[in-house]
Amino acid sequence: MDLSAINPVLLVASLMVAATPLLLAAIGELVVERAGVLNLGVEGMMIVGAISGFAIAVETGSPWLGFIGAAVGGAILSLLFVVLTQVALANQVASGLALTLFGLGLSALMGQSYVGIKPPAMGKLDIPVLSDLPVVGPILFSHDLVLYLGIALTGAVWWMLKYSRAGLILRAVGENHDAAHALGYKVIRIRVMAIMFGGACAGLGGAYISLIRVPQWTEGMTAGVGWIALALVVFASWKPWRALLGAYLFGGVTVIQLNLQAAGVAIPVEYLAMSPYVITILVLVILSADKSSAPASLGRTFHASH
Amino acid sequence: MIVLEKRPQPSRAWSMATPLVAVLATMFFGGLLFAALGKNPVEAIGTIFWEPLFGEYAFYYRPQLLVKGAPLVLIAIGLSLGFRAGIWNIGAEGQYIMGAIVGAGVGLAFYPMEAFYIFPLMVIAGALGGWAWAMVPAFLKVRFGTNEILVSLMMVYVAEQLLASMSLGLLKNPEGFGFPGSRNLQSYASAHNAELIEGTGMHWGVVAALIAVIFAYVLLNRHMTGFHIRLTGEAPRAARFAGVKPARLILFCLGVSGALAGLAGLFEVSGPSGQVSIDFNVGYGFTAIIVAFLGRLHPVGILLAGGLMALTYIGGEIAQGSLGLPAAAIQVFQGMLLFFLLALDLLTNYRIRAARKEVA
Repeated sequence: MDLSAINPVLLVASLMVAATPLLLAAIGELVVERAGVLNLGVEGMMIVGAISGFAIAVETGSPWLGFIGAAVGGAILSLLFVVLTQVALANQVASGLALTLFGLGLSALMGQSYVGIKPPAMGKLDIPVLSDLPVVGPILFSHDLVLYLGIALTGAVWWMLKYSRAGLILRAVGENHDAAHALGYKVIRIRVMAIMFGGACAGLGGAYISLIRVPQWTEGMTAGVGWIALALVVFASWKPWRALLGAYLFGGVTVIQLNLQAAGVAIPVEYLAMSPYVITILVLVILSADKSSAPASLGRTFHASH
Repeated sequence: MIVLEKRPQPSRAWSMATPLVAVLATMFFGGLLFAALGKNPVEAIGTIFWEPLFGEYAFYYRPQLLVKGAPLVLIAIGLSLGFRAGIWNIGAEGQYIMGAIVGAGVGLAFYPMEAFYIFPLMVIAGALGGWAWAMVPAFLKVRFGTNEILVSLMMVYVAEQLLASMSLGLLKNPEGFGFPGSRNLQSYASAHNAELIEGTGMHWGVVAALIAVIFAYVLLNRHMTGFHIRLTGEAPRAARFAGVKPARLILFCLGVSGALAGLAGLFEVSGPSGQVSIDFNVGYGFTAIIVAFLGRLHPVGILLAGGLMALTYIGGEIAQGSLGLPAAAIQVFQGMLLFFLLALDLLTNYRIRAARKEVA
């Protein structure tokens, strides 16, 4: 065992990379849930985003087009959820599960000819002086741009929900869809947009795993990140900045257990590998006492009778 | 304009018809998918649904239908109880793994002793293993109000890691030349879940699945607990006034579904699969969710749906060999089925009407 091989600066830098897919998916789901919809299909949308982003990046040679494709792919898959829950008024829990089961199969089908290929590399931020600073440089100024996009998105969603009119309407729909409907807001239309935004974010998160974090394509590579993102929204009490904090916490757990594996700690690899899931459960337990901040209409089907 | 009008009561006719219509729609759109993959759609659909039952090698495939269908039915029956009451156990895959590990562990502890009581002990241990794994989300839900969907799913990933650890460590075959995986229970007579009638595929798991169907039917129709389950699902407020104890119901539904999933895992590991290995679980726990819905959460429906889903598994394997249809295509096909089913349920609960022109 050699713990001194773990470099704390690199640890923090890789923690941010590990946290980004979680953050992107969680921010998307946070908006969806604030609109009063529970979409359990995050894992499915992520994995479809992972493969569509990967395929497009490989075919075009541009990781940027890959990320755009991933967002579009995730949003398209979320449309299936829209059809089920907003048009056909199906149960949201069952529909979300269907989305995940379908997405896992679809991604495996799409990804058959992409196993073992290396995607085009994404450029990293390189500001002459800042990126070369000791400690601060590798942590703050030398990541890929999508990582910063994730943080910017968190800020944008926070501002949108808190200060904009659109955010107020979105929250109204999530808190009491009957009242929002009575005020003349298009409940279904707003929810459809929120769900598609969630799908696009989950797609981006998936592509971040297949294009930057790993980077390659393997079946089922998201390995529960989508589900952890769902837990993260609860952890964050539906607040964007707390989602960022939570994502970094989980990213930290993932990175530390990987580092411990590499350092050859006496704990078997499998027990280290299960730690992020066990910690997710523990966090859920600690935080589930307080449900007051959950959107009041969460998971309920809206049907305007007139 | 078309409007939806909520039916005062779900339509019985549509409730029966939607699974059939969904299967037909899935065949059609699945055919389109197969055509897009460059396969002849009619041939592909025919291979999946016809070959295993009436094809040239049907004598080999028909028993497989029972082997694949039994775990699906067993798990889905358990899940359906909870789903009816709005208690979502989606971690059956983990409970299935734990049933297999604990059950096989008990069997292997007796090796190489031969005794009649070893297999029954393994069955009990398997059920307890699955039950205990399901008790984690159940207890956390009752005690702390934790979301059982997320916890039961997280437990799947924990169980998968535990499975890897067991097949590489504690349960590894000491005479296995260093290969991962336990001793093969098929060659240990007292622990082997052998076919009851040679060549039929009928093993104890199939018997257990049939008993579970009957048990669930009686429970739901003739027993107070079953009534409480249905009441909680259909009218939660009324259930509370009627004195239904939610905590007891959660513990019961999750416990039963965990135990049944554990049993399915035990019968699989001691029979068709034979050993605890890293890739022992093949997603029955997740497919069973589709089976439960396809069977309308009704015991008899689940029995039929389990058979149909087993057919797509076996037919899919045949199509994989003879037509080169990718395994993932079958997974998509199964996912599609759930989609159509949920979408078509609209017709059960709502009436579609042409709207009259409204004033202003």
